[in-house]
Amino acid sequence: MYVAVKGGEQAIANAHRWLADRRRGDRDQTELTVAQISGQLRLAVDRVMAEASLHDPELAALALKQASGDLVEAVFLLRAYRTTLPRLAETVPLDTAEMRIERRVSATYKDIPGGQVLGPTHDYTHRLLDFMQLAEGRTPEPARAEQALEACPQILELLDDEGLVEREEDDGAEPHDITRDPPDFPVDRATRLQMLARGDEGYLLALGYSTQRGYGRNHPFAGEIRLGSVEVEIVVEEWEAPVCIGEIAISECQMINQFAGTREAPPQFTRGYGLAFGHNERKTMAMALVDRALRGEELGETVQGPAQQAEFVLAHADSVDAAGFVSHLKLPHYVDFQSELELLRRLRRAHGQPDSAGKRSEAADDGVEQQGKRRTHDSSETEQVTQ
Amino acid sequence: MNGYNFAYLDEQTKRMIRRGLLKAVAIPGYQVPFGGREMPMPYGWGTGGMQLTASILGESDVLKVIDQGADDTTNAVSIRAFFERVAGVETTTETGKADIIQTRHRIPEVSLRHDQILVFQVPIPEPLRFIEPSEEETRLMHSLEEYGVMHVKLYEDIARHGHIATTYAYPVKVDGRYVTDPSPIPKFDNPKLHMSEALMLFGAGREKRLYAIPPYTRVESLDFDDHPFEVQQWDEPCALCGARDSFLDEVIIDDAGGRLFVCSDTDYCQSRREEVA
Repeated sequence: MYVAVKGGEQAIANAHRWLADRRRGDRDQTELTVAQISGQLRLAVDRVMAEASLHDPELAALALKQASGDLVEAVFLLRAYRTTLPRLAETVPLDTAEMRIERRVSATYKDIPGGQVLGPTHDYTHRLLDFMQLAEGRTPEPARAEQALEACPQILELLDDEGLVEREEDDGAEPHDITRDPPDFPVDRATRLQMLARGDEGYLLALGYSTQRGYGRNHPFAGEIRLGSVEVEIVVEEWEAPVCIGEIAISECQMINQFAGTREAPPQFTRGYGLAFGHNERKTMAMALVDRALRGEELGETVQGPAQQAEFVLAHADSVDAAGFVSHLKLPHYVDFQSELELLRRLRRAHGQPDSAGKRSEAADDGVEQQGKRRTHDSSETEQVTQ
Repeated sequence: MNGYNFAYLDEQTKRMIRRGLLKAVAIPGYQVPFGGREMPMPYGWGTGGMQLTASILGESDVLKVIDQGADDTTNAVSIRAFFERVAGVETTTETGKADIIQTRHRIPEVSLRHDQILVFQVPIPEPLRFIEPSEEETRLMHSLEEYGVMHVKLYEDIARHGHIATTYAYPVKVDGRYVTDPSPIPKFDNPKLHMSEALMLFGAGREKRLYAIPPYTRVESLDFDDHPFEVQQWDEPCALCGARDSFLDEVIIDDAGGRLFVCSDTDYCQSRREEVA
């Protein structure tokens, strides 16, 4: 006699317990602290903050710990926490020209006012495993300059004086808020940039890469990439100037792209823009490529590559959306599957496959009538269906 | 629960969703965009339904959660436990005792009453999505009532297979106006949407859309005069309760291909067995 299986509740509780055990790992090893994660796995922390749209290194590190290092899961944890937070104020726009520079490079000019600053980068490291780290070798202190770097101008502003680069204007419009309002396609550039800023890095990287390989080519140059700290300011009532409430580290990338011009507009360089919390250079470069690709329609270019199709790119960029919907395939689909089974059996009978009684149906389109005659608990039919 | 508002979402968000629901009830079958929030469960696992449930749930309400018709499937257990934790409401597995029923993929077998609300979890709210992937386009098609493509799709089924090959998420027309996705319920359940006494709400979290079928609303499953809509039938009754009028799940009972059929609606099956006993 068949008895329906119960006990989902106990199974879930036990699964969670086992998961916690796996997370902790070998009890003879010291437990990883959140401070260690935020201090020593900072790039993972930065990525989680960027894609979760919440700047909080400690909580991002906690999410990473809780997720056993699964970045997409950590982004989800932090995002789900973010959504419960009240919105206390809106900052004034960040001024990245005033950034306290840690790194700043341009691929378009050899020498630039303020200089090229490599900063803490993996570029030019030889990707050789450093076995000293396996043996817990000591790390020397960094070399330090006498004084901090001056704030330095944005390179694209220099070209701007000649009118060679399109000018970005603040039209004063209230930007759409993707965390509060549903997207309403087609969306404007401010909305697109918000969606790209929290988009999955791997996804944007692949799309950006595709534009370089000819799927919507737009001839990019890395005009400027900068990384450092900027002040976050808010306007407080009864206070004349905006008040600084702290500093956050951000990465910014401005791509310069060719534009052939139209009958109305002269040839000009155009821009693609990328911005992310923390040290997220690859992400901002990919974002800038995709941002520019998505401007194709506005600039009168032929839209042919996947990276140029706004609805396609934006609707699938979010890892929380994507991971959720893909993973939901693990949920039971008994009912839909049963409906499909029933249909498939009917179609196969109509097709002339022997049914469970070994008979062939007489006509190809009488599946409906056949339904009343069929028997379904024969093993031979199961084999047919499951092949 | 400490640190969280009643039913998880903050009151402003719940009000925003309720305003959306009022619009949805006023325009039956129309997909209302809403500012969907992240929930602490993954998208695709019922976050849309959960946001609607959270928005309409009161402290004295009794909640039932089913998945595939059953109260004991793991995700139903998980969502029920979530609301017990964040709202402290009473829950039940008995359809008749529930004020709000959140469901995935089924409508309970017994008729619902006018004082009950059924909340559906919806993965893809746009019935035209698999014909036209662009949201811009499908919105235009809805506003122009341009539904010919859907009939063409159903016609192509008939031309290829001899009958309509859609077995679940079977498109309906609500109140003679909007073609609507009834969520992936089997077409067996479609007739229950028509003139239902209970209010039916649909939430799609990832897609940030909600819609409604108000009580006593006409709901027609799309079909043709010479190929009328029809539902699945089984040759045998439920192996547990003997029901012949319920949707049956096929259960494999051994490794020799032995199978039997049981009610997918566990409460319906259980109550029928208790009646006999």
